[in-house]
Amino acid sequence: MKEYRTITQIAGPLLFVEKTEPVGYGELVNIVLFDGSIKRGQVLDTSDEIVVVQVFETTAGIGRDSGVRFTGETIKMPVGKEMLGRILSGGGKPIDGGPEIVPEKRLDITGAAINPFARQSPEEFIQTGISTIDGMNTLVRGQKLPIFSGAGLPHNDIALQIARQARVLGAKESFAVVFAAMGITKEEANHFMADFERTGALERAVVFLNLADDPAVERIITPRLALTTAEYLAFTLGMHVLVILTDMTNYCEALRQIGAAREEVPGRRGYPGYMYTDLASIYERAGVIHGVKGSITQFPILTMPGDDITHPIPDLTGYITEGQIVVSRELHRKGIYPPINVLPSLSRLMNLGIGVGHTREDHKKVSDQQYAAYAEGNDLRGLVAIVGKDALSERDRMFLEFADLFEDRFVRQGRDENRSIEQTLDLGWELLSTLPVEQLVRIDRGLIEKYHPKFRKAPQAAAQAAQR
Amino acid sequence: MEVKEEKTIRGASGVLRRISGPVVTAVRLEAHMYDLVKVGREELMGEVIKISGNDIIIQVYEDTSGIKPGEPVVNTGLPLSVELGPGLLKSIYDGIQRPLSVLADKMGNFIERGVSAPGLDRSIKWDFKPTVKPGDKVGPGSILGEVQEMNIIHRIMVPPTVKGGIVTFIKAGKHTIDEVICELDDGVKLTMMQKWPVRLSRPVVEKLNPDIPLLTGQRIIDGLFPIAKGGTAAIPGPFGSGKTVMQQQLAKWSDAEIVVYIGCGERGNEMTEVLTEFPHLTDPKTGKPLMERTTLIANTSNMPVAAREASVYTGITIAEYFRDMGYDVSLMADSTSRWAEAMREISSRLEEMPGEEGYPAYLAARLSEFYERAGRVKTLNGKFGSVSVIGAVSPPGGDFSEPVTQNTLRIVKVFWALDAKLSQRRHFPAINWLNSYSLYLDILHDWYAEHVSHEWNDMRAWAMEVLQKEAELQEIVQLVGSDALPEEQQITIEVARMIREVFLQQNAYDAVDTYCDMTKQFDMMKAIRKFSDLAYAAQAAGILPQQVMSVKSKNDLPQIKFIKEYKPVLSQLLEQMDKEINALRGGIQ
Ligand SMILES: Nc1ncnc2c1ncn2[C@@H]1O[C@H](COP(=O)(O)OP(=O)(O)OP(=O)(O)O)[C@@H](O)[C@H]1O
Ligand SMILES: [Mg+2]
Repeated sequence: MKEYRTITQIAGPLLFVEKTEPVGYGELVNIVLFDGSIKRGQVLDTSDEIVVVQVFETTAGIGRDSGVRFTGETIKMPVGKEMLGRILSGGGKPIDGGPEIVPEKRLDITGAAINPFARQSPEEFIQTGISTIDGMNTLVRGQKLPIFSGAGLPHNDIALQIARQARVLGAKESFAVVFAAMGITKEEANHFMADFERTGALERAVVFLNLADDPAVERIITPRLALTTAEYLAFTLGMHVLVILTDMTNYCEALRQIGAAREEVPGRRGYPGYMYTDLASIYERAGVIHGVKGSITQFPILTMPGDDITHPIPDLTGYITEGQIVVSRELHRKGIYPPINVLPSLSRLMNLGIGVGHTREDHKKVSDQQYAAYAEGNDLRGLVAIVGKDALSERDRMFLEFADLFEDRFVRQGRDENRSIEQTLDLGWELLSTLPVEQLVRIDRGLIEKYHPKFRKAPQAAAQAAQR
Repeated sequence: MEVKEEKTIRGASGVLRRISGPVVTAVRLEAHMYDLVKVGREELMGEVIKISGNDIIIQVYEDTSGIKPGEPVVNTGLPLSVELGPGLLKSIYDGIQRPLSVLADKMGNFIERGVSAPGLDRSIKWDFKPTVKPGDKVGPGSILGEVQEMNIIHRIMVPPTVKGGIVTFIKAGKHTIDEVICELDDGVKLTMMQKWPVRLSRPVVEKLNPDIPLLTGQRIIDGLFPIAKGGTAAIPGPFGSGKTVMQQQLAKWSDAEIVVYIGCGERGNEMTEVLTEFPHLTDPKTGKPLMERTTLIANTSNMPVAAREASVYTGITIAEYFRDMGYDVSLMADSTSRWAEAMREISSRLEEMPGEEGYPAYLAARLSEFYERAGRVKTLNGKFGSVSVIGAVSPPGGDFSEPVTQNTLRIVKVFWALDAKLSQRRHFPAINWLNSYSLYLDILHDWYAEHVSHEWNDMRAWAMEVLQKEAELQEIVQLVGSDALPEEQQITIEVARMIREVFLQQNAYDAVDTYCDMTKQFDMMKAIRKFSDLAYAAQAAGILPQQVMSVKSKNDLPQIKFIKEYKPVLSQLLEQMDKEINALRGGIQ
């Protein structure tokens, strides 16, 4: 392989190389330093005169004397079943002291788009054991559902609880987990690793770690390595894979950094104009395919800068993913775990995965009614702050109390509390029964008579009486 | 512009000089703007978008990884075109009309590049029934005959670019789309297929006034903010506010004869949903499967951006083609913002001087050219047809002041403003009734009076007034609580709540409520108005608002949304309402 020593310019993570033979767009590049060590990069722009290379590591040590080798192929990831249980760097190198991965296949890390015609609608209910998710924002297998959080909120605990508890009812095997960390602290990473080890999840996990002090540009490839691995596990080996990507905010920062180095016209808040397309090339790598056994379910985690949901990172993410779970600082301050605010949260695929044959016939209506009641109660809190409780009508007071009860009983649960979907729905009914029956306008009569505690107790009591 | 014959221009082959993502530069290439070219050894499809000295700049519809300077580029000499003819319906295409089903057969579950596939299947034989005979004179756009394509009569037309003449030969029977079925006296041979360059609108005789509503079965649309057949509408809203659900509702239930649905830079699973759901749904008017009147274009967010840019043109050209047969076509584009972003991405690769927020300066022009292709028209063959265009807009941060929303609003006549506050409360469709508008109200006034009821227009105005009034009262309630309002105003608030919860809220996922015809809409609104009249009268007679509001018949009213044969239930409820409120009044006397 030919080695060029024609670097003319180094700007941020970019190298400009002159007088090369024709180089392919997107090619993997090896940069050889004076001490023989090798750094990796990728071709961003290629022409007869100049080739622009983006380096995935720090450019420290690279100079005009460094050698540049074009490998003639795009970046590939060696994948294999052996990867389960392994810990790799954000660039895909083993860092757990174990042997090199013996690849079964080498796959292009950008992946190809799943043909929409080949996709199958995701519809298998995943029970996470968390009421606010299962009851109100149901997750299905093959969905991409991000967690929108803020700095200092317990999103990692929620993600871990989901990874631990997620089950498809009736399915024997549990999920394989592909975990990709981008720019998180060592401490956070340890927290994840300790939990994986404690629960034995590591055996069925592949971990990619790009930590806060690892090169920022490496973050561009970390999620792609993780998803390439996940696709192999899912669509070649037939496993059901849960992919956790954290923290996507750091990924976007790296993207912005490269855009700036290329002197591109920046979009909103300095992020590149193509960030939507770029994020889509990550998030769309989830789903179920007709006639293929495995699936990929994605849980990207991001921290909203300034808790602002209209910031480009959560905004563009929300436009691509199939809903979002919003973690609220206000609930966290009230000491409620998991502090999930159901009002701005959404699962767009919920309707496909609930009801008869999936969960229970009353699921949709109970969820709708709880939403409406909680939203109404929550609105009234603003009013109470101004006019006081006394100015409220009887009806308003009941809704206000419902909102408190909902947060305290339905939202709040233990870090290891794994509620079944029946428990979640029954709990919902119990809370709704604090409202007069005629206020439950979103539920039809038939369901009320079947599931409402008031009506349920009666036949039970009668049955008990009959037994005696 | 003339449609050129398909042949490779001699000497029109050059070499690549530069590759930068979806934009590549070729030199030593003879080319014109918007020529279709084949890029590199793998012959990836591309289109000339800029000529600068010796540099020919091309946007490539497929991934360019691995392509090197020095590889060949060949000019086809043709503009990017779609194939029009039997076989369009029930198809799902990517942005440049490659059938996704064929791509799946050829390359499996993932879309690899470098595979070409014609838009229409050459192997199917269609039964052609001529409607002209030798000796007849035909001109551009004339109908030559018919093919039964599932439930649609597909009219075979003389291409608009063919001058016309005397039919010398016409052949009935089963043919593929590339067999000659007709010859004219000047020697022109015609098949059942024609091609049309996507960036060019198909000619018509004249544009007509859009004075018939496109009925959608969605109460807030048909009832408050209607769109006309041949009209234009925009649905802007933040993520998760219901744009796609609304677009899909319109694709399902609007009383168009043909539907073109463009998934432009959106989710793969949404297209899958349409593909799985539509075949099981039937048109409430004709009882025929909805899929059989539908063409889907799916260029999802992770598919190449240049093809995304082309997808809306591909879609609207297909829509115009069916319009030319005399059909009412409705076209949904979800989302036009992703289209605009594709323009921005390409423009920035061209290093063009950016306009507002990095969008190219020609954004407004492109948007208006696109929406101008909508309309109710008299076609070249004298029939009447229409294309209605409904575009979703996805403003960053849900802020409507951004360029795509603003430039769209300057063109479209109907604005359905989605509101995150409503969707978070699960008030669906989350169309804000205070901000939205329809400029077709006046022109449709007579239609509603004639076909729904002479009372309708008045009732609509009444409902809007109540909602408006409620908004004002709510401001006061926020300060003093609802109990502090005068009794009469408490009733207004309650009636407004009924309009919102009974009439405006409509559950897309309920088997019955998902579609509501005009008769039912009228009956529902009338029932609410009846309650309103009774309630004010009772209040005037000294009855407490709380008593009137808690009558059972009123609380049961929402149930009729979910009942298909609602008429008997409704008339019983209204009777009961009279009785209950009279009883209250009786109690006082
Ligand atoms: N008419 C409706 N009836 C019931 N639910 C609805 C309705 N409209 C929207 N929803 C709910 O809102 C969710 C989001 O709607 P939708 O996917 O259409 O949003 P969107 O505006 O297209 O978002 P994006 O811009 O991210 O694509 C749906 O998944 C559904 O749960
Ligand atoms: Mg959408």
